[in-house]
Amino acid sequence: MELLKKYPKLFQWLFLLAVFFALCFAIDVPETYKFIRGQAEFVKDPNQSAFVFLGKEVRYYAFDVFWRLPPLLGWLPIWINDSLFFLMNDWMPMEFWNEDTQEYKTRPLVLQITRNLTAFMTFLIELIREILLGGLETIVAFTSWDWIDANPWAELPGLPWTIVAAGSAILAYKLGGKGLALYALLSMTYISIFGQWKPSMQTLSFILVAAPLSFIFGLGLGVAAYKSKRVEKALYPILLVMQTMPQYAVLVPALVLFGVGDHAAVIITMIVAVPPMILLTLLGLRAVPPEVIEAGRMSGCSNWQLMSKVLIPTARRDILIGVNQVIMVCFSMAVISAFIGAKGLGFNLLLALNQLNIGLALEAGLCISLIAILLDKMSLAWANKQVDYFGNLNFFQRNKNSLFFGVIVIVGILLAYFGSIYFKDGYNYLFEVPHNKGISTADFWNKGVDWIFDTFFVYIKAFNTWLIVDVLQPMRALYLRMPAVATLVLVVGAGYLIGGVRSALVVCGLTLFIALSPWWDRALVTTYMATFGVLVSCTIGFTVGTLCFQNKHSTNFMLNVCDIFQTFPSFVYLIPVMMLFGITDTSVLIAVIVYATIPATRYTIEGLRSVPAGLHDAATMSGVTKFQRLFKIEFPLAFPHMMLGLNQTIVFALFMVIIGAFIGTEDLGQYILKALSDKKGAGIGLTLGICVAFIGLIFDNLIRTWVGQRKKHLGID
Amino acid sequence: MSEPVIKCQSVYKIFGANAESMLKEANGNVDAKTFQENGCIVGVNNASFEVSKGEMLVVMGLSGSGKSTLLRCISRLTDATGGKIFIEGQDLLNLNNKELIDLRRNKMGMVFQSFALLPHKTVLENIAFPLQIKGIKTEDSINKAMDMVKLVGLDGRENYFPRELSGGQQQRVGIARSLAVEPDIWFLDEPFSALDPLIRKEMQDEFLRLQEKLQKTIMFITHDFDEALKLADRIAIMKDGIIEQLDTPANIVLNPATEYVRKFTEEVPREKVLLIKDVMDEITSDNMGDIKVSKDEIIENVAEKILTQEKTVAVTDGKNNIVGSINPAKIINTVFGGRKNNH
Repeated sequence: MELLKKYPKLFQWLFLLAVFFALCFAIDVPETYKFIRGQAEFVKDPNQSAFVFLGKEVRYYAFDVFWRLPPLLGWLPIWINDSLFFLMNDWMPMEFWNEDTQEYKTRPLVLQITRNLTAFMTFLIELIREILLGGLETIVAFTSWDWIDANPWAELPGLPWTIVAAGSAILAYKLGGKGLALYALLSMTYISIFGQWKPSMQTLSFILVAAPLSFIFGLGLGVAAYKSKRVEKALYPILLVMQTMPQYAVLVPALVLFGVGDHAAVIITMIVAVPPMILLTLLGLRAVPPEVIEAGRMSGCSNWQLMSKVLIPTARRDILIGVNQVIMVCFSMAVISAFIGAKGLGFNLLLALNQLNIGLALEAGLCISLIAILLDKMSLAWANKQVDYFGNLNFFQRNKNSLFFGVIVIVGILLAYFGSIYFKDGYNYLFEVPHNKGISTADFWNKGVDWIFDTFFVYIKAFNTWLIVDVLQPMRALYLRMPAVATLVLVVGAGYLIGGVRSALVVCGLTLFIALSPWWDRALVTTYMATFGVLVSCTIGFTVGTLCFQNKHSTNFMLNVCDIFQTFPSFVYLIPVMMLFGITDTSVLIAVIVYATIPATRYTIEGLRSVPAGLHDAATMSGVTKFQRLFKIEFPLAFPHMMLGLNQTIVFALFMVIIGAFIGTEDLGQYILKALSDKKGAGIGLTLGICVAFIGLIFDNLIRTWVGQRKKHLGID
Repeated sequence: MSEPVIKCQSVYKIFGANAESMLKEANGNVDAKTFQENGCIVGVNNASFEVSKGEMLVVMGLSGSGKSTLLRCISRLTDATGGKIFIEGQDLLNLNNKELIDLRRNKMGMVFQSFALLPHKTVLENIAFPLQIKGIKTEDSINKAMDMVKLVGLDGRENYFPRELSGGQQQRVGIARSLAVEPDIWFLDEPFSALDPLIRKEMQDEFLRLQEKLQKTIMFITHDFDEALKLADRIAIMKDGIIEQLDTPANIVLNPATEYVRKFTEEVPREKVLLIKDVMDEITSDNMGDIKVSKDEIIENVAEKILTQEKTVAVTDGKNNIVGSINPAKIINTVFGGRKNNH
């Protein structure tokens, strides 16, 4: 009794666990239950029950509802699909002028809008692509092919690679100094010499369109949300879901709306990249000190002046961090959107992975990582750069970078011209190194992979078998053995114990959505893989973080490593694991672990670092040993922040598990991938994506609520 | 007397969802406790006062007393819940947005506790900011801003960024910015509270020098009673949103209206605050010596002169007419005696 009074929470938790296990043992596995169940709406079986909702028949196995809830939401994907098709094909037909046929044509409104949108995006991408690589489409768009024939001088080539490389180096120098400039020059030269110039520039042009557009929309919506509570409330749930939504899932509906190609990829990238931009804009604007706003008001600013001259410049740093986020998302999407036909490095990477040509994949992955790191560092340098005063410099000093670039352009053109004379018969290497004429290391890597396989095959195989047979399969079986009702009780109970009725209701709603969808079993598999990944990642991350924290240099080193790893587009992680473990669950899980260890480590270090220095001194003066300090002071205080790290780890892990479908898994991700090639996949893909997002949100809600309370309790913010 | 520059009539500021309806129900009898039970917080409670041209009114109160809220009502950074505020006869609460912006662009200047400088602009650009907002040509605004830089003694640093300046220098920029549009009314919200004591004293002296030159109508907020005594023409002491006493420094020290005000005055060195005229007696027929003191002198400055006399000393006005007398005993009583009675 006394114990019970002392630790009431502990006993509540124990009671919850007891109920959970009691339910697990009390509810038997029904005989009709098979794991690989057909999806409710596609398989017909006389044992199935059926119901009709919104004109759609949903079929399901009417076994014990305590074991698996019936898929009452089975109609949702079909309904989404039909609505989407209706919108695209039958809703609001209107007369539109057709430029090509010179006559009016009847077309549904939405179709016309999306077509115009795609045309606009295509134009922008082509414009940049033609500057970098040459081409005529844009000029033709303003004139005509006849005009080009009459004026052959308009057939301008793209910029020689020397100019682009030197130009990026100058920009890097201006933003981040000599080191960054050297990095820019080397990586651009590498890309050129190794024959990846064309796909790299295609990817770059895609990013140069997607990133600025995402920035503009994100900033605009962020400002709107800052100004109006109503807009913020409307945006909030979307922002929340988009944070945990796997980027795959957005591909499918976009495919229906915008078709296949670079333009669709840009639009999807915007959908994914705008939410973090909105969040960071909002964060930055909120952080502007109230007195600065009042000072602006008292200076007589109108609302517009206040926003453009006071608020946004003061929040500059946060907004530029948002730009950095946008760029990172764009790179990630540059690979993923290759699934819907975006050209560039991502496409080459996917192709190579598909053919199991690890060497080629590695080259493409390396190039995309190099560009990603370059743009990441450049945007961060821009964010951290203080404005300088130029008033007292003369014209040459003020414009030295532009002038220097002008010189570079002339030199580059001359070089390219001499090149065209020197390499008279073959390719002009000073203009562009063609794809298959560069140095390729693919063979070397492929031989290396073969060698590793030949040499270590026995060990890798043994490890693989052990992991799958002794760890993964039992764990998966355990997860699948949970009756739906027991899971629901556990999750809702946890919600209640942590955050009260409100939290319990939110979590209950999220879980019910998944439980009532036709994919509960798949969701359990996703959860099991994510859990395994998170457990290992957290163990590694917390340990490594704590160890590194003991020394200032290793702390900084580790944070830098985290930075660089975070910059890699997520797909790149699949390359080395496929190299070592081939196409198995182990590969996916190792990619998950590597990817998810980054936030775990980073947040551990940041949490430990946030412990106030005064407390360190106080502890030292009380005569604590190193271990006492770590366990009595640093861990308790850093724990809330470390839990936020856990939250991020879960999001990262889920994300990678879904991407892992590319290698071949049996979870929700696999179904999303299937939906991509399904004509009626849009509704399914979207619903599946929401399911994954909700898994993330359940943990997100519980952890954030707990952290909030804990921080209040400790009086830290 | 000409019309007061700032005039407040029963100004209320109450925070909370249904503040306005509750204020109406209370019918002028606002009790902070009942309001708090209903989820409202009373910021300013029935403030009525006037500030005339060229006068410096210091509002003194501890944190949470509503002094900053009062200032924000008068600058209309927040809207008062009830009452009327007149700025040079204009009804402030009835101005539309455009008129309000006009008023701020031409009549008002404000200095903030945390300086509130724009981090992305240089000293000169910060000071020119209100002028440029007004739409004045860049060259003219820069010239004007340069004058202001000289006025606050920052010449040579006009191209620095706020991050490169010390706290005192940053506040000089804040002061210069608030003065750039040559406002008639000057609001200062705890301008020196974030500064070190030595710098604070330096800035107070600087501020007095400026005011002597400019003769603005000033509302000055502080939580420091000594600062209030040093600067004010009149002091308003606030507690829980209510103005406890509004009077000249001497009267507050000599006749505190409430127990709360008395607590502040107890520790005040009276000889540094009171003038001769505040304590002098009627003209007496006692034989007065040859020494005369002016009625506008601070006691501290002439105490030695009076105390070395055995006799009553004559007090004169500016034209050297004898208007009163003071004897050494009175000085001793004022400096040492007054406080003893309170214990």
